[in-house]
Amino acid sequence: MGELIRGGAPFVGLDNYRTVLTDPEFWAVVRRTFWWTFVNVVLIMGFGTLIALMMRKLGRRMRILVTSGLVLAWASPVIATTTVFQWLFASRLGVVNWLLVRLGFESFEGYSWLADGPAAFTVLVLLVVWQSVPFAAITLHSALLTVPAELYESARLDGAGGGRIFRSITLPLLRPIFGLVLCLEVIWVFRCFAQIWAVTKGGPGEATTTLPVYAYRVAQSLHRYDLGAAVSTLTVLLLVAALIAYFRQLLRQEADR
Amino acid sequence: MTPRSRLRSRSRSLRRLPLNTAAAVVFVLAVFPVYWMVLTAFRPTRDIQSETPGFLPVSVTLEHFGKAVAADGFWTFWRNSLLVTAGCVLLALVVALAAAFAVARMRWRGRRGFILMVFLAQVAPWEALLIPMYVIARDADLLDRLATLSLIYFMITLPFTVVTLRSFLAAVPAELEEAAQVDGCTRAVAFRRVTLPLLAPGLLATSLFGFITAWNEFAFANMLVIKNQDDRTLPVWLSSFSNVFGTDWGATMAASTLFALPVLVLFLVLQGRVSAGMTGGAVKG
Repeated sequence: MGELIRGGAPFVGLDNYRTVLTDPEFWAVVRRTFWWTFVNVVLIMGFGTLIALMMRKLGRRMRILVTSGLVLAWASPVIATTTVFQWLFASRLGVVNWLLVRLGFESFEGYSWLADGPAAFTVLVLLVVWQSVPFAAITLHSALLTVPAELYESARLDGAGGGRIFRSITLPLLRPIFGLVLCLEVIWVFRCFAQIWAVTKGGPGEATTTLPVYAYRVAQSLHRYDLGAAVSTLTVLLLVAALIAYFRQLLRQEADR
Repeated sequence: MTPRSRLRSRSRSLRRLPLNTAAAVVFVLAVFPVYWMVLTAFRPTRDIQSETPGFLPVSVTLEHFGKAVAADGFWTFWRNSLLVTAGCVLLALVVALAAAFAVARMRWRGRRGFILMVFLAQVAPWEALLIPMYVIARDADLLDRLATLSLIYFMITLPFTVVTLRSFLAAVPAELEEAAQVDGCTRAVAFRRVTLPLLAPGLLATSLFGFITAWNEFAFANMLVIKNQDDRTLPVWLSSFSNVFGTDWGATMAASTLFALPVLVLFLVLQGRVSAGMTGGAVKG
């Protein structure tokens, strides 16, 4: 660090990348990050679409109720709700354990969620999905509202059923905004740091260490700022590679206009 | 009401039952954590400690809030967060509006490249830029200053603000502005009088995003304010609060509630304005 600040650091070429890329731990973290992103984004987009479709069918009063509930969840600051989830899943007096025991799962009596890898992973997925679904649902719902009602009417007159209408009208018209929401969610979940750091700091062991957490861990606790920076650069490259298909589509749209 | 129509309305409400049940489940799942936070914050310690949690507020106490507010420097951190956030939002709005206008309304060489750059900037892992930012801030003598945080949050929110304002701006027909220019307005006046009012929902939405990002940010606030502890912001304080008070969930939830409150209030106020602005525009259009 001192070298870096004084500017006396020697140029090492690709050495740091070589160190990182030949480390099996790094590849384990990459696999975990993609799995983390996949699980979260699938759940977010699935629930978001279902809730958006549901909201369109609802009566006025129920729709306002659901919207305000979603807005409340969306508006609550991340650090605040992250703290609340730690309280919900607390091993002693936590309301989730109480509920699970009440439902007959006796093994959850005093269960410590954050001591077990998969369980901690599950808590974080639930937290991030809970925090992200409102944005997806509200955006997709407002996109649904822009579809002219006449289209649905004429499709229904032509004898199309609910599934057919969804496939032939809703989905094609929603594709641009669906793509945008998907893209944003991938970026946000892939980069997610504050929640993981606040709840587990990447633990227990390595169970919840995704790339941003790994970069921070390498830099801060091992004082290898050079390796941390290399990991961060690789994170960006991986994310760009994953999103390149979307960028190409965006550019093609721009060219058409 | 004839018997037949009553029958029909009953069968309709029966048909709607699964849908409304699903809606109720979504509402409860969305609201419960926030409700639980506020409930715990107001609940006497002996109720929090009871083995069977109650789900309704039976007795109410302010003791946890007293504990949170009495903590060292609480009001200073509150004011710091507010100042940093306001600075970030104002800067981002002014710059992003100009950039969005250039991208949506003008034809120039490198426009596509610019859009791509803005999208790429959204991908930047800001956590990864902690070290370089720290070095820059130190060399420029900008450490331990709230203005530095404002500037960084401005940079973080700018790409999203530009992209969003661009799509809002693209939705306003350029013909409206051109008509005003034909009527003798300059381009600037036409933009200010015709387009800007129609952009109000977009401006509110993006400033909301800026507010939330800046209010919530933790990593930079933690890294760039070191010596001068009085310049810390609320999230940093909240994170250390849970360390200090350990498993005193009442006080922790009271602090979380006080931290969440301004965002929730702003959301409530703006939410009404946004939909009002949209219908106003529709009626006029």
